[in-house]
Amino acid sequence: MATAELTLKSLESDVHPDWCPGCGDFGVLKSIKEAIVELHIPPHKVLIVSGIGCSSNLPGFIRAYGVHSLHGRALPVATGAALANHDLHVIAVGGDGDGFGIGMGHFIHAMRRNLNLTYIVMDNEIYGLTTGQASPTTTEGHKTKSTPRGNVERPVQPLALALASGATYVARGFSAEQKQLTKLTAAAIAHKGFSLIDVFSPCVTFNMLNTYPWFKERVYKLEEDAGYDPTDLMAALPKSLEFGERIPIGLLYRSERPTYEDTEPVLRNGPLVEQPLGLDRAALDALLAETM
Amino acid sequence: MATEITIGIAGAAGDGLDRTGDTLARTAARLGLHLFTYNSYQSLIRGGHTWLRLRLSEEKVDNHGDHLNVLVALNQDGIERHAREVEPGGAIVFNGARFNCDPSLVREGVTLVPLPVPELTAPLGKLLPVMQNTAALGALLHLIGFEVAGAAEILFETFRKKGQEVIDQNGGVLRAGYDYAARKVPALGYRWSFSRKRRPVVTGNLMTALGAVAAGCKFYSAYPMSPASSILHWLAAHSETCGVLVKQAEDELAVVNLAIGAGHAGVRAMCATSGGGFALMSEAIGMAGMIETPVVIVNVQRGGPSTGLPTKSEQGDLNQAIGASQGDFPRVIIAPRDAADCFHTSVEAFNLAETFQLPVIVLSDLLLGEHRSTVDPEAIPSDVPIERGQWVDALRPEDRDNGGYKRYALTPSGISPRARPGREGMIHVSGTDDHDEKGILISDEHTNPAIRRKMHEKRMRKMEGVRARLRPPALEGPAEAQVTLIGWGSTWSVIHEAAARLTEEGVKTNQLHFKYLHPFHGAEARAILERCRRTIVVESNFTGQFARHLRAESGFSVDHVLTRYDGEPFEPAYITRRVRAFLEGRPVDLEVEEHEAREMAYHYIRIHMQDKTRPGRLRKVAAAEYGEPVWEVELVGRAAGTPEGLLVIGRETGSTYGSHSLVSNER
Repeated sequence: MATAELTLKSLESDVHPDWCPGCGDFGVLKSIKEAIVELHIPPHKVLIVSGIGCSSNLPGFIRAYGVHSLHGRALPVATGAALANHDLHVIAVGGDGDGFGIGMGHFIHAMRRNLNLTYIVMDNEIYGLTTGQASPTTTEGHKTKSTPRGNVERPVQPLALALASGATYVARGFSAEQKQLTKLTAAAIAHKGFSLIDVFSPCVTFNMLNTYPWFKERVYKLEEDAGYDPTDLMAALPKSLEFGERIPIGLLYRSERPTYEDTEPVLRNGPLVEQPLGLDRAALDALLAETM
Repeated sequence: MATEITIGIAGAAGDGLDRTGDTLARTAARLGLHLFTYNSYQSLIRGGHTWLRLRLSEEKVDNHGDHLNVLVALNQDGIERHAREVEPGGAIVFNGARFNCDPSLVREGVTLVPLPVPELTAPLGKLLPVMQNTAALGALLHLIGFEVAGAAEILFETFRKKGQEVIDQNGGVLRAGYDYAARKVPALGYRWSFSRKRRPVVTGNLMTALGAVAAGCKFYSAYPMSPASSILHWLAAHSETCGVLVKQAEDELAVVNLAIGAGHAGVRAMCATSGGGFALMSEAIGMAGMIETPVVIVNVQRGGPSTGLPTKSEQGDLNQAIGASQGDFPRVIIAPRDAADCFHTSVEAFNLAETFQLPVIVLSDLLLGEHRSTVDPEAIPSDVPIERGQWVDALRPEDRDNGGYKRYALTPSGISPRARPGREGMIHVSGTDDHDEKGILISDEHTNPAIRRKMHEKRMRKMEGVRARLRPPALEGPAEAQVTLIGWGSTWSVIHEAAARLTEEGVKTNQLHFKYLHPFHGAEARAILERCRRTIVVESNFTGQFARHLRAESGFSVDHVLTRYDGEPFEPAYITRRVRAFLEGRPVDLEVEEHEAREMAYHYIRIHMQDKTRPGRLRKVAAAEYGEPVWEVELVGRAAGTPEGLLVIGRETGSTYGSHSLVSNER
């Protein structure tokens, strides 16, 4: 087999990330690579779809198939690709503005469908690429370029929305907790159904509030609480809203229900992309006869 | 001369008009007749006024024409609105036990056929009120010279699942209506020669969907929007049979991005919407152009702007289609001309989309999409060409990945062979930022004007390849003509008929019709038009969008633009009348016409008088107090036609100046 051995090195692309030194997104990129290696997924079977924003540049930095799509549209593009070829491992990535602002509608509906895809949000609580405006997850009171008197809107609670919308794998990571993040990412990719990881991925240039130390002071790992049962939706709900002095990270919730792909009759015959095209005369005549 | 007839069925939504029309249409089609139906419906589930016209002919017809020979009125309102339109030699059929027809509404030589429905149906037991339709249909069959058996057969098939009792009742009522009419009135004297060749009765939307399936479409996404929804409904119902994954999404943003995602993954993907949804899709259409992903987007146009006229037709989205999304990128815009052409347009759209890796926009419209006509089954082939374009399936090991594959290779044709995600060795990223041959971004801090220029030129070069493949426009009709009528899309048939009529009447007229709107055959169009004497663009929008496009692309300015933008489709006479006015040098007359004043009165009566009166006689009055000449519309009692008031409508502005009661003002 001519394929090179699958290593972190072999997953490097020609393009060096253009993120600021210290950007949380480096950790997310590394965790995706580590998860692919750990799961032994051939990189040509991976399609990473992003939106627009600093974090959405990620597909260019890893040697896998990618679509760097439009602002807010990573999930529908990923959905179309996943339905067209469910043999692919489709991973959607992007930032909090991309996913919870301009793309919020798609976020909710993708989870309702329980498509077999993974969505990793690099959540830095700010619009970074546009140099520092308030985002949907910006902390109340935070003064940004667009909120000079402090943000008056309540931040979106993506994990609570995910639980309410039917996502079957809901986790929160922190890019400074590399080991945990890789584990969460590998489990998310392996999960059958819609998996969401909301990753605290600090912006070292435009967010001077939600910094690495700010998160480090607050986060605690759910897996260290032996009593926490991630299959219990009613236990997960309060955890999903816990965001203040203490913030849980780790796997909040996991369940099993049929994926969209499982329930779509047309996909019983294998990936759409492999199915035959067109109609024969008898089939066409039968369809026309319905109108006669 | 081919025998033909136009039948109008009037009623309220919910009166069962569609079923009656369907039975009649299929009966005619099984006899070997051609037909076109136009349903002037409203966006209401029940109530309102619905007006279905069926034009049946021994020859192919693709518009509803100008005539009304028989009116089947399913309610009182239908009689009042349409009785005066029935031409001499025609008839009006209605349930005489529930409705009456004021003789003053009826032209001389029109036969009234009031059916005593309760008497006719009494022997069949207690029946639903909609069974009056079946009795009327029976009477109609006698009048127009059809045998009763054909319709009975269709009713049998329709009600087969509902049991013998329902079948017997329907068949019985049909025959009772037929026999009663046959006893009471002579048939109208139509002499048909029935070929009995069975033809499908289809809509443009059905043909668009079927063409897509035949062309190998595997993925269809949509958000409900009139008048595109019937594509969604048909494909959803036939999804498994046809092997098409159908996905309703949360909005049109998702719809088009789903289709592009599927197209990128390697399947033929299509979506459809109308103008508002298309506006939401704009940004992604540019993405398809930039990342060179094939996708077919159907815009079944309706009246705009904004929510506009959800149930009326217009060709108002040409500017939008040409201008959708930021920047320049290759795109194709095709406008099919009739139902059969919708089938072939879908096939062609996929082949162009995949060969040239770009978005293809199909501009259909409500008239084409929703109205039914017969097609010849031979015109609908199953073995359509499926051209999937250039692909790279494998590379030599040493050329793999970052070595050899260039997704956006700079080529003379502008076409760069695609690779399917999932195939080993051709890993790449497709980005909406501008990029180099391998897809690596050249935006932001790495902006590279030289690469940008060559990549932009490569993409745009594909337009030349598309143009070379498309059939240029050609004149139809007499070569040396006094008038050339120019149109695009769904108006082909009505313009064709208008041109033939003008020629017959001594104004030699030919036709130049455009199916391919972008890229455009500018030079070819100019060469043809420069030799024409009087050029008139006919299109249904306000500003003459195509005339402007033609001027932009060919440098040719036409003499006149003949527009219609009231939501109703062109009729041949509408065109011929205005062409004559142009020839006589008369300016376009925008005064409120009599039938329009009547429509305005109906609106006033519905909103302010709870439908208690109807418009009677109309009179033109030069009334100084309104600052413009006005229509005085007599408001009369629904049944007896006794005068009850006057409504004043400005002839220039169309403003309603209120009503004056003639009797004591009690409501």
